[in-house]
Amino acid sequence: MLKFLQGSKKTKKIGFKSLLPISAILCLVLTINLLSGCSQKPPSGQEAKGEPETGAKADEFIILATTTSTYDSGLLDVLLPAFTKKYGIEVRVVSKGTGQVLEIGKRGDADALLVHDRAAELKLVEEGYFTDRQDVMYNDFIVVGPSADPARVKGHQKVMDAFAAIASGGHNFVSRGDDSGTNRKELSVWKKAGIDASGGWYLSVGQGMGDTLRMAGEMQAYTLADRATYLSLKGSLNLEIVLEGDPVLFNQYGIMSVNPAKHSHVKYDSARKFIEFMMSPEGQEMIASFQIGGESLFFPGKGVAD
Amino acid sequence: MSLLFEGILQAFKLILTLDPYMMQIVLLSLQVSGMAVLFATLAGVPLGTYLGLKPAERTRFAGKLLYTLMGLPPVVAGLVFYLLFSRMGPLGVLGLLWTPAAMIIAQFALALPIIAGLTMIGIRGSGKEVQETARTLGAGKLLTAWTVVRESRFAIFGAVVTGLGRVIAEVGAVMIVGGNIEGRTRVMTTAIVLETGKGNFELAVGLGLALLVISFAINSLLYHFQGGGKDNAW
Repeated sequence: MLKFLQGSKKTKKIGFKSLLPISAILCLVLTINLLSGCSQKPPSGQEAKGEPETGAKADEFIILATTTSTYDSGLLDVLLPAFTKKYGIEVRVVSKGTGQVLEIGKRGDADALLVHDRAAELKLVEEGYFTDRQDVMYNDFIVVGPSADPARVKGHQKVMDAFAAIASGGHNFVSRGDDSGTNRKELSVWKKAGIDASGGWYLSVGQGMGDTLRMAGEMQAYTLADRATYLSLKGSLNLEIVLEGDPVLFNQYGIMSVNPAKHSHVKYDSARKFIEFMMSPEGQEMIASFQIGGESLFFPGKGVAD
Repeated sequence: MSLLFEGILQAFKLILTLDPYMMQIVLLSLQVSGMAVLFATLAGVPLGTYLGLKPAERTRFAGKLLYTLMGLPPVVAGLVFYLLFSRMGPLGVLGLLWTPAAMIIAQFALALPIIAGLTMIGIRGSGKEVQETARTLGAGKLLTAWTVVRESRFAIFGAVVTGLGRVIAEVGAVMIVGGNIEGRTRVMTTAIVLETGKGNFELAVGLGLALLVISFAINSLLYHFQGGGKDNAW
């Protein structure tokens, strides 16, 4: 490598000029491909959609910023093609943690949001960033850990007691640490329990839910997870549910559009159509019937009040 | 362990059957990184040549700057372009965020210092002699520059391939400005991150292998251009 960086002394005729037409053609092909690539429909997971039933332009699209749990679980792979088929609006998904999604929305870099931090969502609606918020579906968080359960979490009913047991025993706990909805929920539990979550046993990894679960499995540590991601990964994890059912762990998902009053460029009408679809009997039914391994991951509508 | 093994088996299946999801991702990767490197070459080679022909002590600052930018972490480039292209950013009106164009621009910024810097190093090696010879033979400025580039083609090829290797393998910038949107801005590296998170190791390993195969192909090409050690390889 170094040798050729310094240039070779042997100067053979390799027809440098013949490279020009080659690179010109290459350039052209790449450009054409890329431009046509931009107007192609996503090939995977989406059926050839035919003519849309309602009168939207076929090349219309919205950006949906959403939490990783709705995307990684495969729920959107079911819902989005149905929406696109019905309205002729493509949905381009950017999936990040809830904190980041809310930030993306506030900056106007998305048209619709699907997240799970109800209090923060309502506050931002109040502040005028978002609008048309609906409680679209819910499930719950669970505490998972090694089957041996060294912290004896299984005996507890309340997540605060479970966290206290983990902390006092110094058992490894993996935190998302990424300002996601799950992370925010976890931090609120530590706070309510009055525990200073720090020390060698508390590992803030800054990863998505899937990676966090995987790390917890490898380390045989405890973590707080959303049920959907846990169920969709259960097969490859060495973790089991050690606590569930505490009302504190209720997990409400909200859907909303970016307020066009704040960002005039957003595709508000299309975003509203998407919200309408998600809240329609058809959309809610699709959410309810979405299962992995015979278990429901999300339940439609609004769950208990928080 | 068996996961890795099964992953590799599945990966070969995906590659051999030209799995459409995977092929689409691979193609987009090549397009984005290819375009980025193409533009970086068009800008970087003249820049590197210019700097390489100047006396080293007069381009000290530019040299230092290039060397520093050669080590620019892709996530930093991603962050900068995210803030530029975001709707609230100075270039927000262009609506470039979450598009391949934004990815190309970010990767261009990553490849440019490498191509310019390595070209500069290559030209410094022997460019001066070539320049003087060409001038003595009565060549004009442009022809002289062209001759210098021609004679340093191996170094320049090396620079271009190194630049391509850097951008096609990076994940930080394209993840941040592209958003990893399926069918739009999902490239090999961002797909590997996603599929690993989802536990689809077969696809992740498959894409990893595809990345290696492409890398091998590119390096074979370079080797070919270099002459492969033989006299008439071209």
